[in-house]
Amino acid sequence: MRCAPPPPGTKPSTATQDLMRGLWKENPTLVQLLGMCPTMAITNSVKNAIAMGLATAFVQTFSNMFVSAFRKVIPNEVRVPSYILIIATFVQIVDIGTEAIVPEIHKALGAFIPLIVANCLLLGRQEAFSSRNTVYRSTLDGIGMGLGFTLGLSMVATVREILGSGSWLGFRVMPHSFEPWVIMNLPPGGFFGFGLVLLAFAWWKDRQKKRAAIRATIESVTAPSAVPAPAFATERAS
Amino acid sequence: MSAAASPTRVEESHTVNAAVPSWKLMLTLGLAGAASGLLIVLLYTWTLPGIEAHKAGILRTAITQVLKNPARSDTLYLVGGALTAKTPPADPSAHVERVYRGYDAQGAPIGYAIEARGPGFSETIRLIFGFDLRRQELLGMTVLDSKETPGIADDIERPVFTSQFAGAKAPVVGVKASMQNKPPGTIVMITGATISSRAVLRAINTTLARWQPLLEQYERGGSH
Repeated sequence: MRCAPPPPGTKPSTATQDLMRGLWKENPTLVQLLGMCPTMAITNSVKNAIAMGLATAFVQTFSNMFVSAFRKVIPNEVRVPSYILIIATFVQIVDIGTEAIVPEIHKALGAFIPLIVANCLLLGRQEAFSSRNTVYRSTLDGIGMGLGFTLGLSMVATVREILGSGSWLGFRVMPHSFEPWVIMNLPPGGFFGFGLVLLAFAWWKDRQKKRAAIRATIESVTAPSAVPAPAFATERAS
Repeated sequence: MSAAASPTRVEESHTVNAAVPSWKLMLTLGLAGAASGLLIVLLYTWTLPGIEAHKAGILRTAITQVLKNPARSDTLYLVGGALTAKTPPADPSAHVERVYRGYDAQGAPIGYAIEARGPGFSETIRLIFGFDLRRQELLGMTVLDSKETPGIADDIERPVFTSQFAGAKAPVVGVKASMQNKPPGTIVMITGATISSRAVLRAINTTLARWQPLLEQYERGGSH
């Protein structure tokens, strides 16, 4: 069976961990570096980034749910075309739904909604998680990964929109004397914006690691019972 | 995946291969495809009226803009190589081209709103422009659909570019000049978006060359 148990020595994750994993620790954009096509293409405005992130979250959540629900009846040999079919169905639903409900957003996202089907994050989660876990946990994983993707896109879009247009979510945040960096609205701006966000993320992670190391050192110093007594001290006592 | 786990996986796959008959694989994919198709078709059918209504609303607004708020407008259909105001028999399979004729409050014709399209830098640019046949000049232009480069080429949708078409002489001519120094009736091209600006002008001129004889024929009373 594909429902492999967790490797020996590892604890099964809780529902909260399933939900939170994608939001930060294994963020699809910032950590896994998945879904780069929309990350570069539609992050020239925060509004577009949120819309694309939520569209992907919808597809991720529902395709996770369905793949998990049918995981025991889908034969192993046709699992990938079956997963793609499920993903493509929900992508089409999002495409038609946004065109009917929010046509302006649909127009702004253009060809990138159909391209959600090619986002490797989606198929990756089906293979790695939904095909091995319950509907409940797979749904939580889908929500977490989808919202994490939205967060990642929004962070890149924040940098690009502020520098490229002097605004955030359409509201002017830079002084009128600020000359927008037009390149941030163009395709190279996607790489610059993403690079800046990754740099900030790596700096933050490094800082957290150093803080943890300092904390551990302080704890080891302030807890003498945990430190083994030096050999010379034992000798003197005797 | 660890090296120790790989042989087990291969062995399992081999076992499953031998156990699952082909008809079951085909049935799985067939049922999944049928369910997917049914769901999409139902949703499409359900949302289509709303989508069409929205597109019609955008077109109505655009016609009003390019004909400078006409009191009313008529739709003219291109049937058998001539324009007619009579609605052609409904045939869903046939796409009937159309233009819109606007009238002022006294019932005098203002001009025609004509849809045009042409290849831009990214994709096809779709626009509509108003045309005064008697004065041989444009009344206005608005872009209906374009996916030109954000930040630079999408200026073709902004008033800094579109407002120049009101009063532009046909066929429209683009110039590289400042707004203050441009010859009257010409269009100042967008710096850095030459392809997109040219695409707009080319689409209008090509469309005008095709429709102008039909409009003249209609005005002479060649067809009603």
